[in-house]
Amino acid sequence: MTQLDAAFAALSDPTRRAILARLAQGEATVQDLARPFPISQPAISRHLKVLEDAGLIETRIDGTSRPRRLNPEAVAQLWDWLGQYRALWEARYARLDDVLADLQQKDQP
Amino acid sequence: MTAPQTSPPLKLVTDGDTRIIVTRHLAAPPALVFRAHTEADLIRRWMLGPDGWTMPVCHSDPRPGGTFRFEWSNGAGHSFHATGEYLEVTPTRIVHVERMFLPDPTPDNHVETRFDPAAGGTLLTMTMTLQSAEDRAAILASGMSDGLEVSYARLETILEGA
Repeated sequence: MTQLDAAFAALSDPTRRAILARLAQGEATVQDLARPFPISQPAISRHLKVLEDAGLIETRIDGTSRPRRLNPEAVAQLWDWLGQYRALWEARYARLDDVLADLQQKDQP
Repeated sequence: MTAPQTSPPLKLVTDGDTRIIVTRHLAAPPALVFRAHTEADLIRRWMLGPDGWTMPVCHSDPRPGGTFRFEWSNGAGHSFHATGEYLEVTPTRIVHVERMFLPDPTPDNHVETRFDPAAGGTLLTMTMTLQSAEDRAAILASGMSDGLEVSYARLETILEGA
């Protein structure tokens, strides 16, 4: 659960969400990632560290280059988790369907 | 994974840092859906916990400033409860604040529930707003301890029975 808390906390920042959106299109270096943002490269690096600590992205070592990429497993886990909360509500509303059908039947003469 | 054929799909999305939005179509008019959300004897029939759990205590005083209290029990000594206050109650919109006690209280959850007429029934939109991203994560986590595995099992039962 700690990792999920960290993941959701990491996602609470718009710059970090934008970085993830960019990485969803493919891996990128810090320089690539910093380009669209009006903030310094060290600031981007700090955001990348938060995302990496939360397990959402990983660093590939390619000679002297350190491209970042999404950790597909972590992103899938996040989705699964939301899916479970969704299942709770779907189960409740399936039961509400029954209650409403019952009420409507009783309303009929 | 395929969507259940028996009921229209539910949509759950996170919005910004602090919101969770659930939408679901229901095959009954908004006035009836409103009743099912405000009258205690109706609430206790659907807003249940895991299989085998019931809601022995269900108080609802649906008017601005009125409070509610839901208590769930598994009949074997385990229980948890939720309390809250209604801030706004109209036939198409309920706004309330709630917290669950598991037994530690969850962060205050500000909930707007809308009942909009839609083809043959009601489009229900529930917008939950938490104070922070961390609080939202805690609420999502509390949903899991609310018996999600059994919810899956119940969903399967519903599908089998179709």
